[in-house]
Amino acid sequence: MTTEESDGTLPSTIAAICRRHSGREGPLLAILHDVQDTFGHIPDEAVRHVAYTLNLTRAEVHGVVRFYTDFHAEPARAHRLKVCRAEACQAVGGRAVWAAAQALSAVPDGRVEIEPVYCLGNCPCGPSAQWDGRTLGRMTPERVHELVAAANGGMPS
Amino acid sequence: MSVYLPRDSAAVSIGADEVAAAITAADPALSPLRTGARGLYALEPLVEVDHGDRRIGFGPVTAAAVPGLVEALRHPDTGHPLRIGDVDTLLADQGQNRFTCRRLGRVVPDDWDDFVAHGGTRGLRRALDMERQSIVDAVTASGLRGRGGAGFPTGRKWQTVLDADGPGKVIVCNADEGDSGTFADRMLMEGDPLALIEGMAIAGIAVGAVHGYIYLRCEYPAARASLLTALDIARHNGLLGADVLGAGHTFDIELRMGAGVYICGEETSLLESLEGHRGEVRFKPPLPAIRGFMGRPTVVNNVVTLATVPAILADGAEAYATLGHGKSRGTLTVQLCGNVRRPGLYEVPFGVSLADVIDELGGGTASGRAVRAVQAGGPLGAYLPASALDVPLDYEALAERGGMIGHGGIVVFDDTVDMAEQARFAMEFCAIESCGKCTPCRIGSVRAQEVIDRIVDGEARESNTALLRELCETMIQGSLCAHGGMAPHPVLSALNHFPDDFNRQAVGS
Ligand SMILES: Cc1cc2nc3c(=O)[nH]c(=O)nc-3n(C[C@H](O)[C@H](O)[C@H](O)COP(=O)(O)O)c2cc1C
Ligand code: SF4
Repeated sequence: MTTEESDGTLPSTIAAICRRHSGREGPLLAILHDVQDTFGHIPDEAVRHVAYTLNLTRAEVHGVVRFYTDFHAEPARAHRLKVCRAEACQAVGGRAVWAAAQALSAVPDGRVEIEPVYCLGNCPCGPSAQWDGRTLGRMTPERVHELVAAANGGMPS
Repeated sequence: MSVYLPRDSAAVSIGADEVAAAITAADPALSPLRTGARGLYALEPLVEVDHGDRRIGFGPVTAAAVPGLVEALRHPDTGHPLRIGDVDTLLADQGQNRFTCRRLGRVVPDDWDDFVAHGGTRGLRRALDMERQSIVDAVTASGLRGRGGAGFPTGRKWQTVLDADGPGKVIVCNADEGDSGTFADRMLMEGDPLALIEGMAIAGIAVGAVHGYIYLRCEYPAARASLLTALDIARHNGLLGADVLGAGHTFDIELRMGAGVYICGEETSLLESLEGHRGEVRFKPPLPAIRGFMGRPTVVNNVVTLATVPAILADGAEAYATLGHGKSRGTLTVQLCGNVRRPGLYEVPFGVSLADVIDELGGGTASGRAVRAVQAGGPLGAYLPASALDVPLDYEALAERGGMIGHGGIVVFDDTVDMAEQARFAMEFCAIESCGKCTPCRIGSVRAQEVIDRIVDGEARESNTALLRELCETMIQGSLCAHGGMAPHPVLSALNHFPDDFNRQAVGS
């Protein structure tokens, strides 16, 4: 993110994000969301600058990043596939969809992060998954294979 | 004449956007207005068209079927294989009483004038003419109980906050909707977000709060977009801001996003998270109503609870209280899913039997096989066997059977389900989502998985079953919150009602 408030370096970007939330009470999660949207993950250096700006310890900010499943301390692959493992999807074949996805997550150098999720609120159209934030209904193991194979450049999985 | 099609994310997940594009391509004059969904997901994508004051529905529509549908949309009184007739009549014939969801699927969510034309702001205007205490009294008299899970009387919670001293009272909407099998919050936020905003404004005026937060789970990007637009519309039209509807009250709302953690739906964990901390559960007391967000008196209510309030104020408490059964007044937004032919959202008065919901509304299992088990009330709810479904939907009646209403989710399993697997999953989920604050939940749930594995493998079955029951008891007694305290319910119910599933040799032989 390079805006008029930031010269594009990490410290000035973090400073701009923190300024944007400065009127708010308890802004840490909102700030971390913005950091992750900007960098794709929450790098160590960002944690240091956020902690400094909010007058928190680095351990505190690290602790928050680690607590929340959707904050990622490491850079991620290009795409993210979340597959629902919860009961409503289990009742309509979700276990097989998850098994297919899990098997694919082992592909070395794959371009897709594969993660479990526990309900997407898409239950009446399950089994459900979410591809880069877009919710997909009535999933099948075959569709998981197609999606992942296409993202991996047509590599057979 | 207008054509309507949901933008609801579940409808979109099975092709609503493609249908919209196909209709627009076939005839731009028929380009659909995007609404919320009615909840009839077996008929989605469901296209509706005005015909006089009725809306004629067609569904389920695919993009490929659109060319053959265009003529029928122009002349909705003619026959068509996908024609289902007047949609509101269909809902009424199902026994639905759309009180909370009165506008859902009918109103265009981003259109202020349409919101007002469909009764929006009526409840708030009534509230603005009332004393604070009278607003709280109306909510109390309606009998409304919290729809987030615990079923606590909403009026009583508001009274505590109204009576609490201290500036900076806060209204927090719990939009974390983490229970598997539930989606009513999502549907309302996507399809009638202004109802929630109006409900929060009424709550603020009632208890004397000027600031509100919506804590929304990040799995709901469409609800986020819908709420952000609705908050702008609400500010632009004076529903929020320094002078709410010109009556001199200040109230505004900030949207905050969660980050993928189930326990943050528990109200004290949610408050920790809103404050920017790890979502670890707090000890109670003090109640959030006394010391909540930043230590200030705080109303925490679920989306459905808050979205029901405007209708209660608009129609009067009596209109709501006359519906229902026992101490469960009004309507329940049943979310029916799992293995059923017609999954969806059905708003019915409390008292309808669980069996009727599954058979009549749901049409039985989608697989055509027998129903074997039903989990009501989310992942912490017990599994009910098919023989126990003849029970009215009512907080107390369901609790007597070991089940619960919770957030209104009902998940149906057919006879292919392996209940030992379900029991193990309940403990796995408990372990994954434990906030880690207390040992029975954090460690007990991991141990329980190992013990279930041993039982299923036939290893010292009797003593391990006794050990599992003991572990469950420890979790029930020793957990700080209902996450660890209730996770044993699905496990024990599976063990009690389906003991053979825990005996792999017996099943295999
Ligand atoms: C483990 C756990 C998870 C919960 N998740 C939610 C949730 O996702 N949404 C919700 O509204 N309430 C949830 N609750 C209930 C809240 O703690 C609280 O009772 C509710 O938000 C109060 O609002 P209400 O009175 O309108 O129901 C959860 C409770 C527990 C113990
Ligand atoms: S029961 Fe589990 S989730 Fe609840 S406070 Fe204890 S460790 Fe946290």
